[in-house]
Amino acid sequence: MNPGRLWAMARKEAIQLRRDPRSLGMAFLLPAALLLFFGYAISYDVNNIEMAVLDESNSERSRGLIHAFESSGYFDIVEYPARYEDVDELLQRAKVLAVLVIPPSFDRDLAAGRDAPVQLLLDGSDANSATIAQNYAAAIMIRYSSDVLLRGRRFVLPAQAETRVWYNETLESRNMIVPGLVAVIMSIIAAMLTALTIAREWERGTMEQLAATPVHRLEVVIGKLVPYVGIGLFDVALAIVAGLLIFGVPLRGNILLLTGLTLLFLIGALSFGMFISAAVKSQVLASQIAIQTTYLPAILLSGFMFSISTMPIALQVVTYAVPARYYVSVTKGIFLKGVGPEVLWVQGLAMIIFATVGLTLAIRSFRKELE
Amino acid sequence: MSVISPVRVRQLLKKELRQVFRDPRMKRIVFIAPVIQLVAFGYAVNTDIKNTKTFVIDHDRSAASRELLEVVEATGYFRIVGRSERPADLVHALDYGKAEVGIEIPAGFSRDLADERGARVQVILDGTNSNTATVAQGYLTYIVQGYARSRAAAAGALAGGGVDARVRAWYNPDLESRVYNVPGVIGMLILLMSLLLTALSVVREREMGTLDQLTVSPLSAAELMLGKTVPATLVAFIDLFLVTALAILWFHIPMRGSFLDLLPAALLYILCGLALGLLISSVSRTQQEAFMTMFLVLLPAIILSGFFYPISSMPEVFQWITVLNPVRHFLEIVRAIFLKGAGIADLWVQYAMLTVMAGGATWLAIVRFRRSMAL
Repeated sequence: MNPGRLWAMARKEAIQLRRDPRSLGMAFLLPAALLLFFGYAISYDVNNIEMAVLDESNSERSRGLIHAFESSGYFDIVEYPARYEDVDELLQRAKVLAVLVIPPSFDRDLAAGRDAPVQLLLDGSDANSATIAQNYAAAIMIRYSSDVLLRGRRFVLPAQAETRVWYNETLESRNMIVPGLVAVIMSIIAAMLTALTIAREWERGTMEQLAATPVHRLEVVIGKLVPYVGIGLFDVALAIVAGLLIFGVPLRGNILLLTGLTLLFLIGALSFGMFISAAVKSQVLASQIAIQTTYLPAILLSGFMFSISTMPIALQVVTYAVPARYYVSVTKGIFLKGVGPEVLWVQGLAMIIFATVGLTLAIRSFRKELE
Repeated sequence: MSVISPVRVRQLLKKELRQVFRDPRMKRIVFIAPVIQLVAFGYAVNTDIKNTKTFVIDHDRSAASRELLEVVEATGYFRIVGRSERPADLVHALDYGKAEVGIEIPAGFSRDLADERGARVQVILDGTNSNTATVAQGYLTYIVQGYARSRAAAAGALAGGGVDARVRAWYNPDLESRVYNVPGVIGMLILLMSLLLTALSVVREREMGTLDQLTVSPLSAAELMLGKTVPATLVAFIDLFLVTALAILWFHIPMRGSFLDLLPAALLYILCGLALGLLISSVSRTQQEAFMTMFLVLLPAIILSGFFYPISSMPEVFQWITVLNPVRHFLEIVRAIFLKGAGIADLWVQYAMLTVMAGGATWLAIVRFRRSMAL
């Protein structure tokens, strides 16, 4: 490998990148822009759950229970249907997520010291929110029951759970989303940056010119990689600064470790894109393959949205082949948990393997010979 | 003049179909990839809290603490993966991701149960996964409360009855998250496919110089558009049938509505995706640019669709933005038809929105396409 030729190759690629200013602009700004956008938009928090109440008891006690729901802050009572038949329509049209039905006997039962049944109907088609709503409602009703039973007597339930949340004390979903999102966005963008580079040269016919030069394929691949690694590092840096300054996400771990692991990850992901490009030699096909192999896997199989531990074992094995998985653990671990190499060496090792395999594949599949 | 001649369109369709499938690898990708993806992602999209890995620090080691832990495990939501008496072990388990939840029972727990101040149980959650943490927190609070109530009732401290909540989840009695999420995956795969099929089509011809040949041919812009969209619509429709069949047969997602109600929505949705792809293709100067723009469009389309993050929890501005997202409307239609057995009458707002968007996107695509041909 000749450093002069390598440098020339990197410069050539950088010049070529400059000639497509719109793509270059997007490469630089997209990650930070998307992060900003989503950082504001999304949260896991389920509150203001829209609820309807059918109060057939219409007594002081039933109003007390309704008030307990209202004042909890989790529920927003938006409808008071008059008849049970209307409940169906409310759930069918998704006007509310939950319906509380208090039967006429409610007041009588409680006054007589019996258990008073109430119905909580949930729109199970939105299982995620329904589960959370069910939990909130159950807790509210238990509290209300104890109040009723005690009738003003001072009494504490014999046991209570005190919750502490580690790494993310306020359960701020932004803290959890931002580090993972950086990893997901970078996984996708890295493959997009390089997936077309070699295919482009083939389609435009500039590969013939490259073939006529004495440059070695190792120099071509690594030289081409250099500017993209630069862009990738810039993207991550910008995204991290945005996360820290704008969203106040804590960075508890070592930033050097984060940089080192990011570099490893970028080399792997960019080489993989280049491998696709060199192997298929067509931009349309390369973009298809790059999207199919990185886009949804990075979102769905990386542990960013869906916990890997709840997936079936066979699929958990598949996730080991999704590099975004390691990078998501790295960003979450370093940002929120503040863990160091003693924990992250596994991810580091996996990323070294991924980078080596990616680079080897890219170099081996690159052919200068013209057909 | 955009006159459409059937003969010319037929010839053009032949050319486009040949171009799409000249590469046999392409056939494999457009038909096999969505199937593999649906199967893999169908298993992945699961947010049910079951067997959450739980680490226990029991300082009390009494009959009462064991009883509480048995109650916790019996719910099926939590699985105890380790026990210790040293809090440092819990820190270790959470740091290394070996457990997601910790329960710490202080010494004197059984004594405090009888005391009037009451006993306390510490619940420690791994906040890096807020979704699991929120749900687990709810379950544990509820379980401990239930345990306390039954003890108090047994001791005679709480005489009489309380509110007896009977929960029924309609449409999905077991609250299985997969039933909700798989239709979402269908929506994403179809969007991805329709964008992929068209986003590079025009810009590719421009980069290769074949667009000039088409420009000097007697073909009108409308004919060219048809030539680009019809084969893509066919492919996207076949994909839709494949993944829907899989969702029903493989994942047993209940299909309570009518497939006939789903068809117009699917057609409109595919049209939205294809027109959006053509629009991207017409405004881009290089395939690289089109590729990046696709990324710019896709990620917000997925994240702001209500697929995973509830729209009602977004700030109001973003809730308004989601109104312009065809994925949101399509998902609402798909989920309602599948799970609630709804029909067009229930969902006319969503159908109307999709119609407006498909029309708007097609119009914009034609305008831009004409201009790009004139260049």
